[in-house]
Amino acid sequence: MPTKIEKDTLSGRDTTGHEWDGVKELNTPLPTWWVYTFYATIVFAIVYCVLYPAWPWATGHTRGLLGYTARSELTQQLAEQAKSRSVFVDRIRKASLADIRKDPELLSFAMAGGRSAFQNNCVPCHGAGGAGNIGFPNLADDDWMWGGSLDQIYKTIEHGIRNSDEASRQSMMPKFGVDGLLTGQQIGAVTDYVLSLSGKAKATPEGAAIFKDQCAACHQADGKGNQELGAPNLTDGIWLYGGSRDQIYQSIFFAHNGSMPAWTGRLDEATLKMLAIYVHSLGGGR
Amino acid sequence: MDAQLETRDKATDRHDEDDAVSLKAQKAALPLYATRIKVYPRAVTGRWRTIKWTVLVLLLGLYYAVPWLRWDRGPGAPSQAILIDLDGRRGWFFDVVLWPQEVYFVTGALILAAFGLFFATSLFGRVWCGFTCPQTVWTDLFMLVERLIEGDRNERMRLDRAPMSPSKAVAKGLKHASWLVIAAVTGGAWVFYFVDAPSALVRIFNGTASYEIYFCIGLLTATTYTLAGWAREQVCTYMCPWPRFQSAMLDEQSLIVTYQKWRGEPRGKHKAGQSWEGRGDCVDCNLCVAVCPTGIDIRDGQQIECIGCSLCVDACNQTMSKVGRPAGLIRWDTLASQQAKEAGHNSGTTGMPWRPIRPRTLLYALLLAVAAIAMLVAFVLRTDTDLTVQRDRSPNYVRLSNGDIRNAYTVKILNKQQSAQQFELALDGLPAARLGFVGADGGFTVHPDTVGTFRVFVTVPADAAPSGSKPVQFSVRDGRGRVRASHEAVFVGPNR
Repeated sequence: MPTKIEKDTLSGRDTTGHEWDGVKELNTPLPTWWVYTFYATIVFAIVYCVLYPAWPWATGHTRGLLGYTARSELTQQLAEQAKSRSVFVDRIRKASLADIRKDPELLSFAMAGGRSAFQNNCVPCHGAGGAGNIGFPNLADDDWMWGGSLDQIYKTIEHGIRNSDEASRQSMMPKFGVDGLLTGQQIGAVTDYVLSLSGKAKATPEGAAIFKDQCAACHQADGKGNQELGAPNLTDGIWLYGGSRDQIYQSIFFAHNGSMPAWTGRLDEATLKMLAIYVHSLGGGR
Repeated sequence: MDAQLETRDKATDRHDEDDAVSLKAQKAALPLYATRIKVYPRAVTGRWRTIKWTVLVLLLGLYYAVPWLRWDRGPGAPSQAILIDLDGRRGWFFDVVLWPQEVYFVTGALILAAFGLFFATSLFGRVWCGFTCPQTVWTDLFMLVERLIEGDRNERMRLDRAPMSPSKAVAKGLKHASWLVIAAVTGGAWVFYFVDAPSALVRIFNGTASYEIYFCIGLLTATTYTLAGWAREQVCTYMCPWPRFQSAMLDEQSLIVTYQKWRGEPRGKHKAGQSWEGRGDCVDCNLCVAVCPTGIDIRDGQQIECIGCSLCVDACNQTMSKVGRPAGLIRWDTLASQQAKEAGHNSGTTGMPWRPIRPRTLLYALLLAVAAIAMLVAFVLRTDTDLTVQRDRSPNYVRLSNGDIRNAYTVKILNKQQSAQQFELALDGLPAARLGFVGADGGFTVHPDTVGTFRVFVTVPADAAPSGSKPVQFSVRDGRGRVRASHEAVFVGPNR
């Protein structure tokens, strides 16, 4: 206990009343505004602890009277966002793909939504901007295996290619080499014939004959392909599995038959439509 | 002057000898923060007070009225003459519309204001502080209200000393309520520069305005009330950085409010009929101190607290005319002139004329002119159309089925005009290129005051495609074929 509080003559202030070997200390209280601010923070902390989650238990924590959780706040914000989007989403669901393209407002919403969905779902195979890769078609060029109109693109995204979806696009190229349908020499000849369609090699009569027998049913007699069957055009400069002689030889020997998942059921209808619009706009849409 | 210095030295010496101990004690007890001594400025009339009232009415009138100026810009555009639309990211100044990327015009205006301030300070001293600074103007307004409600200096001092009573509570309550109303109107007017004033006023009163609007009004109400009602001269003395470094702009040729010590001293009370021989003109009436809004005595010489408001000039002139001495004992003058007069007071010559043209003022005028010309040139050369072109980098280029090479670009055409514009896009540097674009079929039509975004495809036959990248230039032409904007870009072909 302070025993001897006395007034310091020089400063006119009280001492603390303590004395250590003749040394006394002036009593310098904290500024009033500071002390009250400090009390206010204590009051705030108590109120906060009562209202909000604050104290950890061994198995959980205090919930607080307001029932606030960061997770429920996020859920609520997401719901609000979905609600604010729903006006456009509903309009997109109801409109036809052609109508969406004609309405600048819907088009710009669909482009933004399609771009976001594309980046989340399509980029792993088709690459950013739809650039594609060996085995994964470039979506920005003007060559389409299953058709490049809005409706055709929409169907491809909706049901996919060569998967278990009932409406999936289906076709099968025979494994000419693996299954022994053609000999290696015959495959070489037909490879040269295929290359000759784009002027890259000299065709032999043998190759032409094999092509007519084995390939023309799907790829057509002139090699221009058939989008109904997903049979690629062999006369242009675009090769899904590579356009060198070795790569074409392998394609005939092994028959790649790539597949793509069906997106209906994973993505809602409006998102599928926005994706179709976006993919169509990448550069090759017809 | 020497004589005075001597007296002062003697005084200090004596003080030191006699009271050395108590002086030390005083220094030790000197607190870090000096408690404010409340200033009760007395009302005064005169030439400078009239000028100050006129400036106050003009500036406040300008501040409150400007957001209500209407300006017809046609449908779809705001009809407010001056509007800084933060949501829409546009600054509307009559027929000029500034986009966010042109914020350098605001920077330029601030630089002009700074040089203007330097220039005015080197000529007229603290004319900004004393007459036009918002702190001074609003404090003046608040003091006027205070004076109307509580009375002049002596009545206010009496009221403050008196114990609380119903009439004191009414006076104080009325004063603070009036201050708060003025403060709220000030905050409200500020908001009107950023939103459409008439509709916002309605929304503020029916409670449907945005949270941001109420917050801004609240914040500015609080600062106006605190700074003009309570803090007053402390803002100038402690808070504001400008008084601290404006002394760098002042020199002995700048006009300042000054007490003519050589004429006023030795001061003393003067009875009617007494002789003026052997004494100064200052009758020590203390009016100059009583009217000072910062509570200083101008007769102590130049002080950092003095804002150059000139009210002491009015007060002193009143007294001088009463006692029948010439006006201007406290006056606007230069330090150089005062020194000359002081020297001449003994030898009989008068002061020296003011030299407004000198290297310092010429330099500030030059800087001001350079900044103004730069701003003017930038403003005249400002275009109402702009073009940016961004090339798709994924895919870098696309090979089409016939072997052609195609690059895709996102072309943005900025139309800053208030009418829709039709543009033609041209490409230079790649003669074989064909241009095509996705989107609306109406060509490059850009709506008023918007950015039109278009995806443009540039296709080149395989044999004409560059190996690697080749610089190209996009340009937009208006309906009359004039090039309105252009942008550098590259076209990328496969490496050969």
